Amino acid sequence: MTAQPMVKAEGVHKSYGAAHILRGIDLEVAPREVFCLVGPSGSGKSTFLRCINHLERINAGRLSVDGQLVGYKQKGDKLYELKDSEVAAQRRDIGMVFQRFNLFPHMTAIENVMEAPVMVKGESKAVARERAIKLLDRVGLGDKGGNYPTQLSGGQQQRVAIARALAMEPKLMLFDEPTSALDPELVGDVLDVMRDLAESGMTMIVVTHEMGFAREVGDNLVFMDGGVVVESGHPREVLGNPQHDRTKAFLSKVL
Amino acid sequence: MTDKIDKGSAATPPAGPGASGATPYEAIKAIPVRHYGRWISAVVVAVLLGWLVYAFSQGKIIWATVGDKLFDPSVLSGLGNTVIISVSSMALGLVLGILFAVMRLSKNPVTSFVSWLYIWFFRGTPVYVQLLVWFNLSLIFQYINLGPIYKNETVDVLTPFMVALLGLGLNEGAYMAEIVRSGIQSVDEGQSEASHALGMTGMQTMRRVVLPQAMRVIIPPTGNEFINMLKTSSLVSAVQYPELLRASSNIGTTAGAIMEMLFVASIWYLTLTSIFSVGQYYLERRYARGSLRTLPPTPFERLKANLNMFRRTEVAK
Ligand SMILES: Nc1ncnc2c1ncn2[C@@H]1O[C@H](COP(=O)(O)OP(=O)(O)OP(=O)(O)O)[C@@H](O)[C@H]1O
Ligand SMILES: [Mg+2]
Repeated sequence: MTAQPMVKAEGVHKSYGAAHILRGIDLEVAPREVFCLVGPSGSGKSTFLRCINHLERINAGRLSVDGQLVGYKQKGDKLYELKDSEVAAQRRDIGMVFQRFNLFPHMTAIENVMEAPVMVKGESKAVARERAIKLLDRVGLGDKGGNYPTQLSGGQQQRVAIARALAMEPKLMLFDEPTSALDPELVGDVLDVMRDLAESGMTMIVVTHEMGFAREVGDNLVFMDGGVVVESGHPREVLGNPQHDRTKAFLSKVL
Repeated sequence: MTDKIDKGSAATPPAGPGASGATPYEAIKAIPVRHYGRWISAVVVAVLLGWLVYAFSQGKIIWATVGDKLFDPSVLSGLGNTVIISVSSMALGLVLGILFAVMRLSKNPVTSFVSWLYIWFFRGTPVYVQLLVWFNLSLIFQYINLGPIYKNETVDVLTPFMVALLGLGLNEGAYMAEIVRSGIQSVDEGQSEASHALGMTGMQTMRRVVLPQAMRVIIPPTGNEFINMLKTSSLVSAVQYPELLRASSNIGTTAGAIMEMLFVASIWYLTLTSIFSVGQYYLERRYARGSLRTLPPTPFERLKANLNMFRRTEVAK
């Protein structure tokens, strides 16, 4: 074991009432790694991602980010739930990008990017604005800062959403099918931004159906089905030479 | 007149070097559908309206009195009181509405139930009855006693203004709570998720993300509530508050001009509701930011654009 893993899941379970969605997930994500999560619809990929920043509470197991338990703190052998404000503080360091963008529609692109640094970190507007301009530039939208989300294409909205998450200078980025809601010709721009981000050394967990991206950029890939990890390894191996029948069946459909 | 100029400019094809880029075309010339029904109904309605105006002009109404008393000092002070009581009751209603809406949506079953109870009671009984209850509260409680903090005789506290404010404001709060609740619930859950994911707390999320978006749903019915409030405030004449209706009808009974003074009151109510309708229009525009790609022009902007258009056609000629 070298460095401390960025994300570590041990026997993570999650149920909604009687529906048992995650049935014991074990995995480790190393710092600076691009970690791809694939699997059929309903296999629990989004649910797992949402557990990592405590948008969902896990029912059993241990889940930690950068060595800190998510949503709890341990004193002796007892677990204590974190307060609202402590959970919020944990989330600052974890950026999330959603399938449906979820930009704030009543704010311009630049205001979207400035919001969290100003409200959460108490940064001055001038500083936040300067960083927002740089980030929008970085995602190729330097000239769109004054646009409201409805005045942007889907691909542009998703890139603003990435800039918004980056504005908090997270140590981990979660992507939940960031290109699934996009027209095919817009997918490339978003993937380019993500590739850039990966090259800069960001730790990323990416739920995706873009196997080309996974193969090219991913360091690790996990195939999930029915709430468990079926198979994992380097993307080229898992995608090129799947061992399990379920993986083979799934890949034959998406490739 | 407007029509003529419009048609004139449409018929003349755009000429000159400025229009050279567009391919010329011949506009379709067709005989428009004749709407006989529209003509007939227009005539019927016009006749009925004329008859109504004639009837009132022949009634035993001294129209000069209406004009004389329109700016009578006591009418104007009644008008001021109507605005004061409506605005303050609405403000109280709005604050209570937000409070009880958030309570209603909270995960705590006790606060949620208390909110439900409040809405159930104040929406379920007539506001007139509520006003009379506040008015007569001193019959059952001689003192208002908040332990060591405050104690006073009920009759001293419950002035006509306080009775009116509590009666109208608490009633309004129940309606506003439902309006605010539906507004909050109309905001996509993804919005608060995104906000939480950025590290914002529940309060910050409500204030910065959810409520501003809920406003778009909240404002139109709130505007209606306010316009209703301007009119409902006439009920507080029953609890001795000297608002517009009470001031007018006081003059009416002493001067023997009951109908005249009711017209005076109506004119002022219409004036108030018209002014606030315009205000509502601009408020709605402000909160439509981001939900429409481009805001439609205001009537004022449209007027300006039309004037510019006339100017351009004149230049073309
Ligand atoms: N809040 C919820 N309440 C009840 N069931 C839920 C809830 N959220 C998700 N589920 C269920 O959990 C299962 C896994 O959902 P999840 O969104 O994690 O799947 P996914 O792998 O992301 O699928 P997709 O590729 O379609 O996004 C689904 O069967 C879904 O119906
Ligand atoms: Mg999903």
